[in-house]
Amino acid sequence: MLSADEIREIDAELAHYEQAQAATIEALKIVQKHRGWVSDEAVADIAEKLGTSPATVDAVATFYNLIYRKPVGRHVIHVCDSVSCWIMGQPRLTELLRTQLGIDYGQTTADGRFTLLPICCLGTCDRAPALMIDKDTHRDLESVDAERLGVILERYP
Amino acid sequence: MTARQSPPQRPLTARIRPEHEPFGLADYERHGGFQGLRAALKMGPQDVTGLVKSAGLRGRGGAGFPTGVKWGLVPMGPDAPKQKYIVANGDEMEPGTFKDRLLLEGDPLQFIEGMIIGGYAIGASIGYVFLRAEYVLAAERLKAAIAECHARKLLGRNILGSGFDFDLYLHTSAGRYICGEETALLNSLEGKRAVPRSKPPFPATAGLFGKPTVVNNIETLCNVPHIVHYGADWYAELSSGTTGSKDGGTKLYGASGKVKHPGCWELPMGTTVREIVDDHAGGMREGLKLRGFLPGGASTDFLTAEHLDVPMDYEHIAQAGSRMGTGLLIVLDDRTPLMAMLRNLETFFARESCGWCTPCRDGLPWTERILADFEAGRARASDIELLRQQTRLLGPGRTFCPHAPGAMEPLQSALKYFPDDFSAAVGRDGAGG
Ligand SMILES: Cc1cc2nc3c(=O)[nH]c(=O)nc-3n(C[C@H](O)[C@H](O)[C@H](O)COP(=O)(O)O)c2cc1C
Ligand code: SF4
Ligand code: FES
Repeated sequence: MLSADEIREIDAELAHYEQAQAATIEALKIVQKHRGWVSDEAVADIAEKLGTSPATVDAVATFYNLIYRKPVGRHVIHVCDSVSCWIMGQPRLTELLRTQLGIDYGQTTADGRFTLLPICCLGTCDRAPALMIDKDTHRDLESVDAERLGVILERYP
Repeated sequence: MTARQSPPQRPLTARIRPEHEPFGLADYERHGGFQGLRAALKMGPQDVTGLVKSAGLRGRGGAGFPTGVKWGLVPMGPDAPKQKYIVANGDEMEPGTFKDRLLLEGDPLQFIEGMIIGGYAIGASIGYVFLRAEYVLAAERLKAAIAECHARKLLGRNILGSGFDFDLYLHTSAGRYICGEETALLNSLEGKRAVPRSKPPFPATAGLFGKPTVVNNIETLCNVPHIVHYGADWYAELSSGTTGSKDGGTKLYGASGKVKHPGCWELPMGTTVREIVDDHAGGMREGLKLRGFLPGGASTDFLTAEHLDVPMDYEHIAQAGSRMGTGLLIVLDDRTPLMAMLRNLETFFARESCGWCTPCRDGLPWTERILADFEAGRARASDIELLRQQTRLLGPGRTFCPHAPGAMEPLQSALKYFPDDFSAAVGRDGAGG
């Protein structure tokens, strides 16, 4: 079931569009904001709320890489692996993260703290390489070492 | 009317102070803000479009389509559909591009003013900003600026007593590069999978929810208030009077890669690549040489050190064999391995294919695999011809949208300018092909 907060937030978005289905992505993001990910049950609830079918909502949910249809860690790390970051040493950054966290892309640490994912150009290529943790962008990581990376990660318990 | 300030040379960034909060409404207006809107509301909508047309503003989203011409395609007058839309494309996911973020974070009101004027010109009462999810700070600042405009009746009903109503909504996306393609963007805004639509019909007649819609890039819209405020002649002069370029105005140029000082700078349209790289980016890092560059993002053809004196405008970059794209350079130095760079680029394009048409969905991963063989030094001589063939099979006209042809641009130009890199990467055991 959608919570009262979720319903209120979805209704606010519905008011912006001439068709209810247009609020699908917002609804998915709202649910994900409250629960961390989007379950099958949530897909069905959103479909009911927007007057469409679960299959339609799921087709949308699975298209977008920032909608998580599986549980993720408490914090999601998105490493930019596009070309400018790559030139500036992203592979090294990814290696450091893999070693430090003991996981590969698409995996979550055993303690449920971090999920590691690649992402497209974050639009901060002048300060490459860059990554995002939750809503924060971290830049200028060309010469980052395990210690400095550790200091960054510590901010995300 | 308030006294005119002397026209700025760098209008788009004049109010941006790096590392500072953007101007609020009062400061914005003190620095010439909303003069463009006030002037526009005294003109007829079609006259605003005419002004933008004669200023020579071309779209900054990559394709360079003349903005005034695009606006002119929207049905106007009493028989036109009542509901029309204007949509700002703030998806900015082209690798190597970081200009729209700077404009939105630095001066959100300038963008909003451009959006209202655009809405007025085409008779749209609703505007949407389609913003990529990762631009969290830009979203916050936009929301604050939109709220401030509402409070001061610069958005909503009867703007500044003109009788014109305009509402602006922020839609934050959920990822995927293809959302930046304007018809995929419209599908995404309708809450669907971001698959491109066939054209015609063009959005100007049947766009969002089937209604006439204009989609413009953020930077494009940021030019509009200045054109209306200071005039088409002033705008054209910004470039014709300095670089001699036929394309009006200034452009946000930039450079990333191993230059000394990567960054983004507003310069007259038609500034040469050399000036951007040497004077603004500080040249190459110590010990490195420039080998080539992608002039305007990942989906533009490589140019080489021989093209450094090419002016960065639509015509000259096209004559040199590439595209202006977003206007932000990605620089290839002489120590970055080209095969690995191409593999990185095609991994991106393969991953971001929307999957709708077969050549792109299957052809891009195939291209990526061949390039992985080149990167690992295990390619066969015949693979070079195979890559050439890919650039034709995935080229313009073969796919449903320009995504795959864009993916082929860096590859086809690398084959043209750096053939030895490919032959050198052919594995010894496979040399016979
Ligand atoms: C694959 C692809 C991605 C695109 N991404 C963007 C983008 O992120 N931002 C943008 O403004 N235009 C992008 N475009 C161009 C848009 O389709 C469209 O031409 C542009 O938004 C129109 O605005 P303009 O005329 O002001 O340039 C993209 C095009 C393609 C084919
Ligand atoms: S070319 Fe690629 S991105 Fe464009 S419609 Fe075809 S599959 Fe989708
Ligand atoms: S390539 Fe990583 S931020 Fe642009």
